[in-house]
Amino acid sequence: MADVTLRKVVKRYDDVEAVRGIDLDIPDHEFVVLVGPSGCGKSTTLRMIAGLEDISDGDIMIGGDIVNDVPPKDRDIAMVFQNYALYPHMTVAENMSFGLRLKHYPKAEIKQRVTEAARMLDITELIDRKPKQLSGGQRQRVAMGRAIVRNPKVFLFDEPLSNLDAKLRVQMRIEIKKVHQKVRTTTVYVTHDQVEAMTLADRVVVMNHGRIEQVGPPSELYHRPATRFVASFIGSPAMNFVPCRIEDIGGTLHVRVSDTLAFPLPASRAARYNSVSRDTKLLLGLRPEHVADARSNSGPGFETFEATPDVIEPMGMETFVYFPLAGGQICGRVNPAVDARAGAPLRLAVDLNHMHLLNEETGTVI
Amino acid sequence: MVDVAIQPNRATRTGTRRRTSLRNALKRKSTAAFLMTLPLIILVAVLVIYPAFYSLHLAMLNKSMQRYVGLSNFTFLFTRETFWLVVKQSCIFAITAVIFKALIGFIVAHFVHNIPAKGQRKWRGMLLVPWVIPPAMSTLGWLWLFDPSYSAFNYTLSFFGIGPIPWTGDANWARFSVILVNVWYGMPFFMIMYLASLKSVPDQLYEAAAIDGANWWQRIWYVTLPMMRNIIAITTLFSLIVTFANFDIVRILTAGGPIDKTHIFATWAFKLGIESSDIPLGASVSLFMVPILAVAAIFILRDVNKRGNES
Repeated sequence: MADVTLRKVVKRYDDVEAVRGIDLDIPDHEFVVLVGPSGCGKSTTLRMIAGLEDISDGDIMIGGDIVNDVPPKDRDIAMVFQNYALYPHMTVAENMSFGLRLKHYPKAEIKQRVTEAARMLDITELIDRKPKQLSGGQRQRVAMGRAIVRNPKVFLFDEPLSNLDAKLRVQMRIEIKKVHQKVRTTTVYVTHDQVEAMTLADRVVVMNHGRIEQVGPPSELYHRPATRFVASFIGSPAMNFVPCRIEDIGGTLHVRVSDTLAFPLPASRAARYNSVSRDTKLLLGLRPEHVADARSNSGPGFETFEATPDVIEPMGMETFVYFPLAGGQICGRVNPAVDARAGAPLRLAVDLNHMHLLNEETGTVI
Repeated sequence: MVDVAIQPNRATRTGTRRRTSLRNALKRKSTAAFLMTLPLIILVAVLVIYPAFYSLHLAMLNKSMQRYVGLSNFTFLFTRETFWLVVKQSCIFAITAVIFKALIGFIVAHFVHNIPAKGQRKWRGMLLVPWVIPPAMSTLGWLWLFDPSYSAFNYTLSFFGIGPIPWTGDANWARFSVILVNVWYGMPFFMIMYLASLKSVPDQLYEAAAIDGANWWQRIWYVTLPMMRNIIAITTLFSLIVTFANFDIVRILTAGGPIDKTHIFATWAFKLGIESSDIPLGASVSLFMVPILAVAAIFILRDVNKRGNES
C-alpha cells in the first residue's frame, strides 16, 4: 500500500489540454473519488496514474517514487475497468490469477489468494465459469477479484458500475465499500455519478475542464461548496440559484430576489455578507431541502413566502415542488403530508441559515 | 344420398387445408430463406456437385474412356513413384506456404494495426496489391525476375558476390521459388483477415494485461492469439484448400519441373489428364485432394464452434 501524489500534472492531446496542471495528495489507505462531467479529465487522470497514458508535464508519485516513465506493469497497481475487461477465453480463476501467474508466483499461493478473494466477493461457485456465463454484476465482482488477488499498492476504478442497472449499482457500491474496509488499499475511483462519489469516498475530488474545482470530504463539499460548479454538481436535485442583490432595508441586511421579494438575513449571515458590494451581481444558492413548507419549518433564519408550484413530484418520503421565481425554476422539498397541488398557492419557507451567496461573474461562493 | 352429399364437402375441406398449409409453409422464415437461396443451391449443384460426381465417374474409366475399370486408376497411381513425390510436394508446398503466409500476414497486420488511422488506409491498399493482381500475370513478372540469364535477382546478388542462383532450374530452389511467389500472392489475404480480427480485440484487454504485468510478447500470446483463434483457424483452412489446389503459379513458373520436382496435385493432374490425354488418370489424381483436405478441415474446425461461444 502507498500514497499517491500528483504534482502539476498536465495532459495535452495536440492542441487540446485535457488535464491542466492538477495537484493532489492521496494518503495511504484513503478512498478518493474523482467526479465530474464527461470530458472533465477524470478518466485521463486515472489512466495517467495507471501508466496507460503518458504525462505531458508534471510528476506522478506512488509510494514516494516518481513513476512518470514506469510502465503500468511495474507500478504495482490494479485497475477495474468500466467494461470489466475480463479475458473471454479464460475461466474466472484464470482471469483472477493471470497477473500472479505472469509473475511466477507458486501455484499453492495463487490458489490460496484466488480462493480467498473469491470467498470475499462471494463468487466461489463461479470459479470455473467463463465470463460469458456470468451476469454483469458477477463479471464486476470477478474484475474486482482480479484486482484484489494482486494485493497492489493502489486500486484504480474507472467507472466500474456504469454498465450495471440501478439496483445492482447500489449493491455493488456497498460491496466495494466493504472490500475497501477490509483491505484498506489506497483507492482512486472515477465516476460521473455524484451519488457514488458521496457514498463511497473518504474525500471527493470534483473536476471540471481539466482542473480540480474542490477537494474535500463529501459532507464538506455538500455543505460548503467553493464554486457554483461544485454547488450545482453535488446534490440531487441540484442546488437552486436565484439572481439577487444585497440591500440595506431599515438598517437590516436583506437579500433581494425580485422587486416584491426580499429576505432579511440572519445575524450570522449578515456579518459575513456585510462587506459585499451592494452593486455586485449575486446568486442566492438554496438546496431543495432548504426551501420547505412553512407549516413545519419556522424559527430564526426561516423566511416565508407564497409560491404557486407548476409541477409536483411525490417521491413517497418527500415531495418535490417546482415553482417559478425571478425568471428561473426553483425546486423545494416539502413534507408529503402537505397538500401540495400544481396551480394551487403554497406557503413555503426558506432556511437562510443554510443559504449560499455566490458571485455571479466569478462563480465563487462568498 | 348421404355419401354424395358428404363427398364434395370433404374434397373442399381437404383443398382448403392444403392451401392453408401451403400458405403457412410460405409464411415460415425457413421456407422463405430456402426459396431465396435456391438459385445459389442450383448453381452450386450444377457447377460443383455435378462436376464432382462426373470426375468420380471419369476416374473409374480406362484411358480411352470406353470401359469401366473400377478403382484400378487409383491402385495404378499408388504404384507410381511420381505420385508419392507429388503427394509429398503438395503437402510441403501447401503447409510451408500457409505457415509463412500466416506468419508474415500476422506480423504485417500488427504493423499496419499500429500505424495511425490517417496513414493506415494507404498502407492497407498498397499491401493488398499482390492479391488483386491476377496471379497468372504477376507470376509472369516473377518468372522474369527468376530468369537464369537476365534475372534481376541474380544481377542484384552478383554485387554481393552471390550466385548465380538457379531459381527455377534446381529442384530445391524451384520449390523455394514457387513457395515464395505463393506466399507473396497469398499473404495480403491473411493480413487483411488478421487486421480485421485485431481491430475487434478490445483495447481494454491489452490495458488490463499491461496492468497485470504482461510484456509485449505475453500480450500477444495470452490476449491477441486466443482472441484471434477462430479467424486464424478459418483463414488457415481456407488458404490450405486454395493453396493445395493451386495451379497457375506452379504451371507458369516451373510447369512442374525440373523433372517433376515441383509438381503438385493440380499441375500433375493437368499434365496427365490434358497434356498426356489420360483424363481418367488426371481425374483420379485430382480426387486425392478431397480426403486430405477433409481430414485437415475436421481438425481445424473441430473447436471453432466451441470457441465461438466464449467470445
